[in-house]
Amino acid sequence: MTDSIPANSVGLVKPQAYKFDEPLTLRSGKVLPEYELVVETYGTLNSTKTNAVLICHALSGDHHAAGYNSEADTKPGWWDNCIGPGKAIDTNLFYVVSLNNLGGCAGSTGPASINPETNKYYGPDFPVVTVRDWVNSQLRLMDRMQIPEWAAVVGGSLGGMQVLRWAISYPERMRHAICIAAAPKLSAQNIAFNEVARHSITSDANFREGRYLEEGTYPKKGLMLARMVGHITYLSDSAMRAKFGKSAPDFEQETSENFGRDLRSGKLSFGLNVDFQVESYLHYQGERFSKNFDANTYLLMTKALDYFDPTVDFEGDLSKAFANSDCKFLLMSFSTDWRFPPERSREIVNDLLKAGREVSYLEIEADQGHDAFLLPIPRYVDALSGYLQRVHQENESDAS
Amino acid sequence: MRPDLEIIQQWIKPNSKVLDLGCGDGSLLHYLQATKNVHGIGLEIDAANIQHCLENGTNVIEQNLDKGLSNFRSESFDTVLLAQTLQALSKPDHLIDEMLRIGKNGIVTFPNFGNWKSRLYLASRGRMPVSKFIPHSWYNTPNIHFCTVKDFDALCAEKNIKVLARTVVDLEHQGSWYMRAWPNLLGEIAIYHISKNTD
Repeated sequence: MTDSIPANSVGLVKPQAYKFDEPLTLRSGKVLPEYELVVETYGTLNSTKTNAVLICHALSGDHHAAGYNSEADTKPGWWDNCIGPGKAIDTNLFYVVSLNNLGGCAGSTGPASINPETNKYYGPDFPVVTVRDWVNSQLRLMDRMQIPEWAAVVGGSLGGMQVLRWAISYPERMRHAICIAAAPKLSAQNIAFNEVARHSITSDANFREGRYLEEGTYPKKGLMLARMVGHITYLSDSAMRAKFGKSAPDFEQETSENFGRDLRSGKLSFGLNVDFQVESYLHYQGERFSKNFDANTYLLMTKALDYFDPTVDFEGDLSKAFANSDCKFLLMSFSTDWRFPPERSREIVNDLLKAGREVSYLEIEADQGHDAFLLPIPRYVDALSGYLQRVHQENESDAS
Repeated sequence: MRPDLEIIQQWIKPNSKVLDLGCGDGSLLHYLQATKNVHGIGLEIDAANIQHCLENGTNVIEQNLDKGLSNFRSESFDTVLLAQTLQALSKPDHLIDEMLRIGKNGIVTFPNFGNWKSRLYLASRGRMPVSKFIPHSWYNTPNIHFCTVKDFDALCAEKNIKVLARTVVDLEHQGSWYMRAWPNLLGEIAIYHISKNTD
């Protein structure tokens, strides 16, 4: 339980479900006849409805981006560092909308939901959804919430890809696109890591062809392994050295001399046990994740990442995709991110420039790897805050 | 606004596209956006300056000029600016070529090392000039390629660059008849408006 909710938190929040009966035709051609999206909002929509900000979540994220769902919660939402009163995405100024994407496992319709046609879990029958499908469903949510235009659409990693899709498909419904630590499309290396994760899940004996929920089980080991591999790609070498080199003597810490090789019990076991801190950390992370996340959702989300390629309709030319994207762009990347390194963000920036778009770009020095986008890194948070303050000022001056 | 920027802005047409290389805190672009409806983008590497740009609504890209401008298309801007940055570049001549590839015209300003004060300092003391305007010592200066008005004229001639306008001013950015008469001796800041010679 949290001791007390901090003053700069959005406090206790309650998710809300929106049911959609109009069928949604997916990129694959399949049709989702009906679905629900679960949403949290923070702050207040102003009378002119100009201050709404959409948050797009990444691979393992959900609608719970800030605050606490109950007094018993030990941790706030996944982006509480940046969302709250007085924070970078200031809920005193903005009405923040955060949803769980279609195919997710935190309340929106997904593989772990009941298929109304069969009255069984969707499981592997849930259609593959793409970033474009998510954005289309977010547009419907926006209409339902009677929000004419987003002041900004914001997201990191896979969330950043949704931001790009928004700017390509619906630029007239947004004024600013804030895309953090993303890539224009996945590289072979990115896809390879995703395939290792998927293979570890599907080869778990408890996967049962994806029908594990019907059979009252789940592929715990596979999900754990998937998360362990994924987690390594979110951290940088230097971040791991720092995190797991704490018991090194001072002179070694300064030079990262022990390479983050802290031992768990002070000595080697000379057996196949968990000897190093980093091993036990990965086990812990994998274990925790496997209890809270649906394996089929993980498969879907990684597929959505692999399939993301906004150039498919534009002869492979991303700058053509941005031809009508007349919102303003802010992109940021992190120096030690090797999952979506700065070069990948620069590719997007260069295609935006080629398309003659208005764009700002920052390359943030940070040791934390891909994970940096979730962390309170001063220059990053200040930039996000400064940019959004400006968005707010534009709002105010337009209104007067 | 910095007075050299005051002079520069007269050469920038309303509604034009401007790329500002080393845009600092973005004050010139901000001013041009507000007064001339210019579509501007600045390049900058200093974090504090970039933050200022974000806060005043100026498009800014973190990009090191010494790593080139190959990410910009030819003739994609009307004017490319290089204000008080030339002397800090590793390959100033290459950058000027790039400016005139990307922009229809370019504006360059630099401290004139041929000014009498620099000459007198070096001649009388025998040491590299240090002044209010050039405050660094030789070993820690970011200014690695100082030049004079005559040097820049020679470079333009060598590269067949057309000088559309040239003005020199003092540190208060006042021009005068005697500076116009002896620009390389009396001018402290040189301001050039250049384009490719299409004749």
